[in-house]
Amino acid sequence: MNEHFLEIRDVSKIYRVGGIIGATKIAAVDHVSLALEAGKPQILSVVGESGSGKTTLARMIARLIQPTHGEIFIDGKSMSGSLNHTQMKEFRRKVQPIFQNPFESFSSRKTVDTYLFETARNIAGAKNKAQAHQAVDQALTSVGLTSDRVIGRYPNQFSGGELQRVSVARAMIPRPELLVADEPVSMIDASLRMNIVNLFKELRDQYQVTILYITHDLSTAYYVSDLIAIMYRGNIVEYGPSSRVLKQPAHPYTELLLDSVAKIGEKWSEVMSLPDMETKEYGYSACKFAGRCPYVRDICRQVKPPLVDTGDGREALCFKLVDYQNVEHRPVTTDPITTDKVQEHAI
Amino acid sequence: MQLVKPRLVVGLIIVSIFLLLGFVAPFFAPEDPTAWNTYFRNLAPSAEHIMGTNNLGQDIFWLLTWSIRNSLWIGLSVAAFATIIGVLVGLSAGFLGGFADRILTLFMDIVISVPSLPVLILISALLGGKTSLLIIAGVLVLFNWPWPGRQARAMSLSLREREFINVAQASGESSAKIVVLEIMPFVLGWALANFINTILVAISAESGLAIIGLSSLKDATLGTMIYWAMQHQALLLEKWLWILSPIFAIMLLFIGLFLVSTGWSDYFATRRGRQ
Amino acid sequence: MIRIKNISTFYRTVQGTVKAVEDVSFDIYDNEIVGIAGESGCGKTSLMKTIYGNVESPMYIASGSIELEVEEMGQKKVISGQEIHRYWWEYISYIPQASMSVLNPVVRIKDQFLDSFLQRDVRTIGKQALLDRMAAYLQELELPPEVLQSYPHQLSGGMRQRVIVAMATFVHPKFVLADEPTTALDVVIQRGILTMLMKLQKQLQNTFIIVSHDMGVHYQITDRMVIMYAGKVVEIAPTAIIFERSLHPYTEMLINALPRLGDDVQRTGISGRPPSLLDPPSGCRFADRCYLADDRCRQVEPALLELEPGHFVACLKREPGKEWSAHE
Repeated sequence: MNEHFLEIRDVSKIYRVGGIIGATKIAAVDHVSLALEAGKPQILSVVGESGSGKTTLARMIARLIQPTHGEIFIDGKSMSGSLNHTQMKEFRRKVQPIFQNPFESFSSRKTVDTYLFETARNIAGAKNKAQAHQAVDQALTSVGLTSDRVIGRYPNQFSGGELQRVSVARAMIPRPELLVADEPVSMIDASLRMNIVNLFKELRDQYQVTILYITHDLSTAYYVSDLIAIMYRGNIVEYGPSSRVLKQPAHPYTELLLDSVAKIGEKWSEVMSLPDMETKEYGYSACKFAGRCPYVRDICRQVKPPLVDTGDGREALCFKLVDYQNVEHRPVTTDPITTDKVQEHAI
Repeated sequence: MQLVKPRLVVGLIIVSIFLLLGFVAPFFAPEDPTAWNTYFRNLAPSAEHIMGTNNLGQDIFWLLTWSIRNSLWIGLSVAAFATIIGVLVGLSAGFLGGFADRILTLFMDIVISVPSLPVLILISALLGGKTSLLIIAGVLVLFNWPWPGRQARAMSLSLREREFINVAQASGESSAKIVVLEIMPFVLGWALANFINTILVAISAESGLAIIGLSSLKDATLGTMIYWAMQHQALLLEKWLWILSPIFAIMLLFIGLFLVSTGWSDYFATRRGRQ
Repeated sequence: MIRIKNISTFYRTVQGTVKAVEDVSFDIYDNEIVGIAGESGCGKTSLMKTIYGNVESPMYIASGSIELEVEEMGQKKVISGQEIHRYWWEYISYIPQASMSVLNPVVRIKDQFLDSFLQRDVRTIGKQALLDRMAAYLQELELPPEVLQSYPHQLSGGMRQRVIVAMATFVHPKFVLADEPTTALDVVIQRGILTMLMKLQKQLQNTFIIVSHDMGVHYQITDRMVIMYAGKVVEIAPTAIIFERSLHPYTEMLINALPRLGDDVQRTGISGRPPSLLDPPSGCRFADRCYLADDRCRQVEPALLELEPGHFVACLKREPGKEWSAHE
């Protein structure tokens, strides 16, 4: 039995942007490490804005993209890199994706049940029609739908919320251990979101599934997750139990996010002035948030911030927590990776 | 709302007439129209010989129907094979990417850059009189499949990025299944237009060869009919029906096919726009 | 003041006529921020376009009218319909959805400003003086004046949106209509733009009409809200009242379905989905999903009644003279 169910070890994804001459390298995901305990199904939210790298990270875990550096382990086995046929089958049984736009998740020319049956036969091991039907029925029931309502219909015959449930049902057919859900409710109306979000909680409890929930919406992240990782420009800047992170943020960026959310129930404290940092922000090779941080000091601009354990189950990437001391004796860098273009190529 | 465009309807009518003439009528031909001296020569049109007979003693009308049939056979079979091969290869190349794509694209580009007419002439000349329609059809398929191939590849490249392809993969679908079940449905409409165009291309290629005497001269095609007519001075001798009927037939057939092809593209686009 | 009188806006589709907005009436006053809230298909964008007068085929105004009160040469006038077009930019300006793509990519920002509406001013005041004024205005809005010389692609999304807001408000129009002004923008930038709008309104003392599906946005910046559902207005009230003690069941259920950062209340979504606007049901359109609904609700369409000053509700169950408690 492995200690970790999901382990992301020093994973980076670097893109080259620009022409043949003078291209810049952008680290969409920059040396990210994360580990989830085995035997404990949880909901982990990865929260960030555009350019944070959250979607890139999710797609690497779901094997839609390959990492440039680093490795991803599931149940102790490496699942990034090239896999043979059997290994792929095992991967697909353990890890399933759910995408943001339910209408794009199915071909408009096919009935949605074809995907359900394919999953049942190819991945869940159904050997005949009866078994496949049974698997599909069960999966649909687990998301609150019935087979007769779903089978034989095309995507345009469903509402967004229903179709997203079909997506979840499909993903659940092989009884996966990990669901990677990329902004699963952002295209669904606010009044209907809770139906799906609550469903994730049920799946975690009833079917012992760990769910990786990617979102930019802090409110649903708070509501549904056990753990939360806040990403900024490719780094995880804060990570820990969601209630603690969101109630007592350790990282200045988390603070800024929390402050800026258009919350119901609490009006914005003062009129905030928006700096022009969008056009003038330079990718600091040291702390990427240095250009916007209200607590910035010199060391933040010169040295890469350390990952600090706050002692209450959280980690944050910030000098403020160690009194601005270069505790890990990291070098002063002038790394040419720039991040000012990441915003335009929102990944 | 008028959904079915008039041009499509007119085109279909014209093509249907040819299909009837080409595939149904020949069953009723009293004798083998290509045989010489079946009838008296140079008879004027009459009840028995609708278009009269020619210098060789052939009934022009029945000869025409057989020519239409053979030309259509060439057109349809070349179009079918070229389109199917082209679409499958193109979609696969686009979807698989990487090394497979590069090889297939290279192959397609090579074939496209070789001009087909000189090669056809060369082959015909080398084979002397033994060129058969089958060989010509085969070569035409060879030269024509990369055209739909490249377009199919382009469509496949963009379709491959759609999210439902990822879902199909997560559902365990094999690459072959994805190409045929997921991607192909989106190109069928276009493939049909392409198929019809290729019929045109094939018939005109064979007719062109025939007119200069390089087709299978013992077979009756619209092109060879013109060739024989010219060989026997049909123009000078004012044997209008003999030489003009295949020419008009080709023209009319092409117009019909063109109308169907463009009419279908239009219709398909409007239908898609409403989806 | 803008008077919306019994407006019905439909649009023709292959499947029939979609009744995007049906028989909507309410007033918009001076010096306020009004939010039009609702979910997909409620008709808020169609209503917005109708108010602005930007109704193009296949959309059409089936009935009703929009009246705009303007002051010309010291005289008050009421104009309506097509005439409103003459008052675009000066009296009433519009920030469309997905504003990112509204700017011409090959024209510099300053030229877009000049081209868009200031022809008359260019002649009277002169180009340079106008540019100076624009630069000053941008600085007021905390935008760097270099923006004028740039092309749209050189600016980030948030910056572009702020430029569009600047353009829309440069001549200090009385009414600014913003359709989802911050959708697709990051949270921090969104806050910046919304606070910019609030600040502008305080300065100009004009009226902003904000359409958004995000209730949080309404909570933060609007004074008054209009809640729409399936093409109809179901509730109008000051924002605080909407969030604290709304009276329409849809508003209640909607607000209850929204998770709030920091509180641990279990939330549930509304079940079912909105009715088709091709063939809207008789009676109240929310009846199918409403916890209060009875047979009468499905037959009789509720009228929008003023139940307390400034608080309008369209619900048979909330009509005065009937016995009801807050949550039956």
